[in-house]
Amino acid sequence: MFENLFDPRKVAEAWEVLRTEVPFAIWETFYATLLATFFAILLGLPLGVLLVVGEKGGILPLPAWLMKTLNVIINLLRSVPFLLMIVLVLPLTRLIVGTSVGTVASVVPLTIAAFPFIARLVESSLRELDPNVIEAAQSMGATPFQIIVKVMIPESVPSLISNFTIAITTILGYTAMSGAIGGGGLGKVALNYGYYRYKYLVMLIAVILLIIMVQLFQSLGTFFATKSDKRLKHK
Amino acid sequence: MIELKHLSKSFPTGDTTVEALKDINLTIRDGDIYGIIGMSGAGKSTLVRCINLLERPTGGEVLVDGVNLGDLSPAELRRARRDITMIFQSFNLLMQRTCLDNICFPLELAGVKKSEAKEKARELLSVVGLPDKENAYPAQLSGGQQQRIAIARALATEPKVLLCDEATSALDPKTTHSILELIRDINKKLGITVIVITHQMSVVEEICNRVAILDNGTVAEEGDVATVFACPATDAAKRLVFPDSADTANLWLAHENERILRVVFNGADCSATPMIASMAMEERIAANILYASTRTIGEMVYGNMLLGIPNDEETVRRATAYLGRSEKVVVMEVKQNV
Repeated sequence: MFENLFDPRKVAEAWEVLRTEVPFAIWETFYATLLATFFAILLGLPLGVLLVVGEKGGILPLPAWLMKTLNVIINLLRSVPFLLMIVLVLPLTRLIVGTSVGTVASVVPLTIAAFPFIARLVESSLRELDPNVIEAAQSMGATPFQIIVKVMIPESVPSLISNFTIAITTILGYTAMSGAIGGGGLGKVALNYGYYRYKYLVMLIAVILLIIMVQLFQSLGTFFATKSDKRLKHK
Repeated sequence: MIELKHLSKSFPTGDTTVEALKDINLTIRDGDIYGIIGMSGAGKSTLVRCINLLERPTGGEVLVDGVNLGDLSPAELRRARRDITMIFQSFNLLMQRTCLDNICFPLELAGVKKSEAKEKARELLSVVGLPDKENAYPAQLSGGQQQRIAIARALATEPKVLLCDEATSALDPKTTHSILELIRDINKKLGITVIVITHQMSVVEEICNRVAILDNGTVAEEGDVATVFACPATDAAKRLVFPDSADTANLWLAHENERILRVVFNGADCSATPMIASMAMEERIAANILYASTRTIGEMVYGNMLLGIPNDEETVRRATAYLGRSEKVVVMEVKQNV
């Protein structure tokens, strides 16, 4: 499979694909990832907050059956393999986007797969917060809503950024998978050119580009998480 | 005025319930610095949280200026909490906000305009002696400075009552002293009633005028600090007055022909004076040191001492007068109530 990888003919082929397909594929992967992360946070952040504030003894206790239902739904969605998730939400994708093929269409299953994950990450971030700080806010007469938007979320920002970075890199991996069933981006290039047409050099390059993107997102995320944390004294 | 009437609180734990507070009755007058002292697990923290209803009492009433807090709607209770603010052992500042924004926080909650809130916060930074920490983050401050910011935050809504939940327990003696001075200042200058929860005798001795001894969820003794500490009637009170497992019964038996004076040093400037020795020489009174726990902070002495004085009315009077010459030294006779 990897013999004669750098045969001049193959390098020329790969260069052709690299020149014509890859720049756009990088862009597709980039925006599918960011768009899906954005929508997943939009859904996952409030849901994660609800998981923390709504529990028994939380600042806004919700009925136990509701909390149980939320937890079951999240666990269910999280246990569906992503490849099958794409197929399962096809009708929804058609309903929202109008088509089930292409990069934009892949944002729908990506969002559905990622938001329960994000909800769990938000939940764990918010649980790190010292409960005494919440009590202090209550002692000053804060409403539950004020506690959420003025205490819980702002105080958890560094941890939330770290966790959202984990989510972005995971979603980036999913976008590559969506290439198998109609999605665009680097995953599609790796599969269509690299795997199906035996251009392994192309596949290798696509994988390396994905790795670079993950590194980039991770470094940026770590940078912002550290920068935003006012608990670190050395600044 | 704060009145606690037949206050009780129990927590269900599995099949049994733990009664944290049993039939508490206390009256705290305006302008008091009221100490609530007790060992760990006596129910102090639960009691203080019942005063602003962070914990809902399971029985009884909390009346603040005649208003029963239990009758208030959630919104009314939140408004009432601006008048009864709180500081904590672990300070509980918002770590991602600057000091100024921390002090603005309760005003922000109350819907005060931002510019007004900032002006008020700057004023309070000066009150607590940290005018240059406006843009610092709490993590950049020492424990004592963080507690000062927390005090400024608690004062922002111009409360009538300040609750201090073990506010100095995480601080070293010197810082404790300066924070207590700040609290006393606030009490005097702003006329704010202060309720101090602590397990440290020294804190009560230093700033409180009244004290309640909490033991196993009940008020064992209550009254003026001098009275309660001079004649501890209950076992719980004696355990606090004679700490370090001083065996009270034996103490009395061993000194049958002596009377006991309790000498409390509240920052007396006498670390260089050998008080007991000079009393022996000048007044010819041989005092027997039964117990002593004093510490020197800077030039000042804090702590207390139990002295055995020969059983004679005149001698006791003279010893009391001699030792009590400094206003920072309080001398009282400890009566035997056995």
